[in-house]
Amino acid sequence: MVKQIFRYREILLVIIIAILLAIFSTRAPGFATPGNLANIFNDTSILIILALGQMTVILTKSIDLSVAANVAFTGMAVGMINANYPDLPLALIVLVALAIGAMLGAINGLFVWKLNIPSIVVTLGTLTIYRGMAFVLSGGAWVNAHQMTEPFLQTPRHLLLGLPVLGWIAVIIVGLMYLVMSRTFLGRAIYASGGNPTAAIYAGIDVGRTRFFAFVISGTLAGLCGYLWVSRYAVAYVDIAAGFELDSVAACVIGGISTLGGIGSVAGAVLGALFLGVIKNALPVINISPFSQMAISGAVIIAAVIFNARQERRRGRIILRDRGASEQIEVTA
Amino acid sequence: MSDMPLLEMRGISKSFPGVRALNDVNIALYPGKVTALIGENGAGKSTLVKILTGIYACDEGEIYVDGGPVSFSNAQDAIDAGVTAIHQETVLFDELSVAENIFLGHAPKSRLGLVNWRAVNARALALLHSLESNIDPRLRLKDLSIAQRHLVAIARALSVDARIVIMDEPTAALSRKEVNDLFQIVKRLKTQGKAILFISHKFDEVYEIADHYAVFRDGKAVGSGELANVEQNDIVKLMVGRSVEHAFPKLDIALGKTVFAVENYTHPTEFRDISFELRQGEIFGIYGLVGAGRSEVCQSFFGITQPSSGKLKLDGQEITIRSPGEAINAGIVYVPEERGRHGAVLQLPIYQNISLPSLTRTSRSGFLNAANEFALARKYAERFDLRAAALSVPVGTLSGGNQQKVVIGKWLATQPKILILDEPTKGIDIGSKAAVHAFISELAGEGLSIIMVSSELPEIIGMSDRVLVMREGLSAGIYKRENLNAETLVRAATGNASK
Repeated sequence: MVKQIFRYREILLVIIIAILLAIFSTRAPGFATPGNLANIFNDTSILIILALGQMTVILTKSIDLSVAANVAFTGMAVGMINANYPDLPLALIVLVALAIGAMLGAINGLFVWKLNIPSIVVTLGTLTIYRGMAFVLSGGAWVNAHQMTEPFLQTPRHLLLGLPVLGWIAVIIVGLMYLVMSRTFLGRAIYASGGNPTAAIYAGIDVGRTRFFAFVISGTLAGLCGYLWVSRYAVAYVDIAAGFELDSVAACVIGGISTLGGIGSVAGAVLGALFLGVIKNALPVINISPFSQMAISGAVIIAAVIFNARQERRRGRIILRDRGASEQIEVTA
Repeated sequence: MSDMPLLEMRGISKSFPGVRALNDVNIALYPGKVTALIGENGAGKSTLVKILTGIYACDEGEIYVDGGPVSFSNAQDAIDAGVTAIHQETVLFDELSVAENIFLGHAPKSRLGLVNWRAVNARALALLHSLESNIDPRLRLKDLSIAQRHLVAIARALSVDARIVIMDEPTAALSRKEVNDLFQIVKRLKTQGKAILFISHKFDEVYEIADHYAVFRDGKAVGSGELANVEQNDIVKLMVGRSVEHAFPKLDIALGKTVFAVENYTHPTEFRDISFELRQGEIFGIYGLVGAGRSEVCQSFFGITQPSSGKLKLDGQEITIRSPGEAINAGIVYVPEERGRHGAVLQLPIYQNISLPSLTRTSRSGFLNAANEFALARKYAERFDLRAAALSVPVGTLSGGNQQKVVIGKWLATQPKILILDEPTKGIDIGSKAAVHAFISELAGEGLSIIMVSSELPEIIGMSDRVLVMREGLSAGIYKRENLNAETLVRAATGNASK
């Protein structure tokens, strides 16, 4: 039984989150009320969406460090569009956000696919470039709440069955990503490309192209988050979401997505993000300083990495035994 | 003086699970002499080298250096005893300089314990001069030619005062001129009194450079002596051994029409002018030594590499194949040699592995149908008697044998017309081999056309309707079933001209 739980990272995370909520609610009554939980979820929505994009990329044995810069550029772009053309309908603005995000993701993807450059190098470069582009676009100026239109700011805050629209958007994205990862050829190709790239090529999968699409998904979701972020915090400036790419990676790692690719689930990424969300929301309530919060988050990430490594080693045993065998075969043949 | 062997191995045995790689082998190396080690793939040559260099420990037997017993429990022990190996693909560091490569790990130190670079470069230069080479020791290794790299590897071997030098197919990647240069070095080593173990498939080279020979077959030393006293034909006979029996379940299948034709297929570096036709129900063997370009030809049919010229015809229609996906859609599949590394995605469940190569064809819409995938997987799991708790468990949790079944199953699930098998029984124990052979025969009976690459003579002779022999990227002839015999094939593959 215990072993089963440890086998399934997702169940383990649900239990840990439940325990955390129980502990916090003894220290701060009212913490685990439905209203507050909805708040925490809403607060974590953007991280959930970004983590899902990050997950698709990490599953293909790559990483996207440019997601937060993508959020900043896209957020700045749609904020300025809204401020300058207040008559444009919100649907169009969201479409523009998705398109810009997808384009920035495609740029990453093309470098990785066509030039075969390691993704960590490509996205480390574009991380700076995209944020620089946000500065060039705005000239360093802010777009403030009073310049934005009512629907632009208020739509994600609109309550629906007790949860703001922002939270519902996250729910929809989670559902969509679940479908993409489990029911489409692309999803399967993403897992296969990360799990064993050579075998994937032999099975007729274009690994480079698959990585490209993973980056496009990640970019598109980051573009969406660009709008959501600016709307939620009612301000657009160059430094929004600074460092947030690391949170998205952390959510994936905590959620059991292997940084070596090929292992991980949508549920894992969502729970990893929620775990971070609960910690971030709970610690101030029980009077722990923001600096300790950072240390605690960091410790949790390292713990998760150690846990993942142990899991993979256990899983890897057979692979290693096989490798030993094939080496012997090579010798004897 | 020279009758006393510098190194002697007596009664060496080594087993791996399911395979007896070496069985009571004796070999002696003499100072100032080159001993050629000859044998088919799988005869146990590489295992012997690994024991000599301390990478493997032998199960039984003794090693003597200068008449005294030694034991090599790791690679350093072997180096300390003066044994060093120069491998087929030299293990050197591209980004380091020549001198650094030569002295890596045992660089001269200054009094403070720091590397004395001046001494390193000076000694490297002296070593290279003693090999009559004028390579600048400060050059980066990546700027050198393959032959020069070999020279650096040899210099590295000499830098540790090696007295016993093992050269494992050192000429495999060299041009004729580079081979000549290498042989000059070997002769110089001989005059310095080194004992050399020279492993090669090429008879002309063996006769040119070696003094003694030792022939291995199936892990046994079957003959040794002075090369001057033996005919090439006798060595071939020793290599091949007893007449190969046709104990294979090859069915007599009436061959259908020609389904696949290859015309003058040429790759920039790997192979040239390969032509053959393949008929329905035919098993077409491709034989040759390792490195003859067999796998490379097959991989180009599968779109892994691109030919520079030549034509492929499928059912009379000319086709071009640019990717494995296109090959699978055309009905050509390739079951790779390294089924562990190239075959399965271990993290994915069994059913997803089996359906993976079929997806490019069945899910054109981009959406998957789990029920269909399971049905496909169930069909092939039953056919192969796959033992697994459920089809949804990851392939990584299966035993090696069952993983192989998944890998074969996933290719057959694409319902190919042409099945290319690269070393289909490599690493399989004898009992399972017969089952694989029966199965290959059965597939041919169902009308599949099969191309089978194999290094095992009994297999290639027992299973094939016709055999293409390749040598150094070229066709060395196509032999019909009635003309197949081990000596003919080995002669063609090794380029032994005498008839």
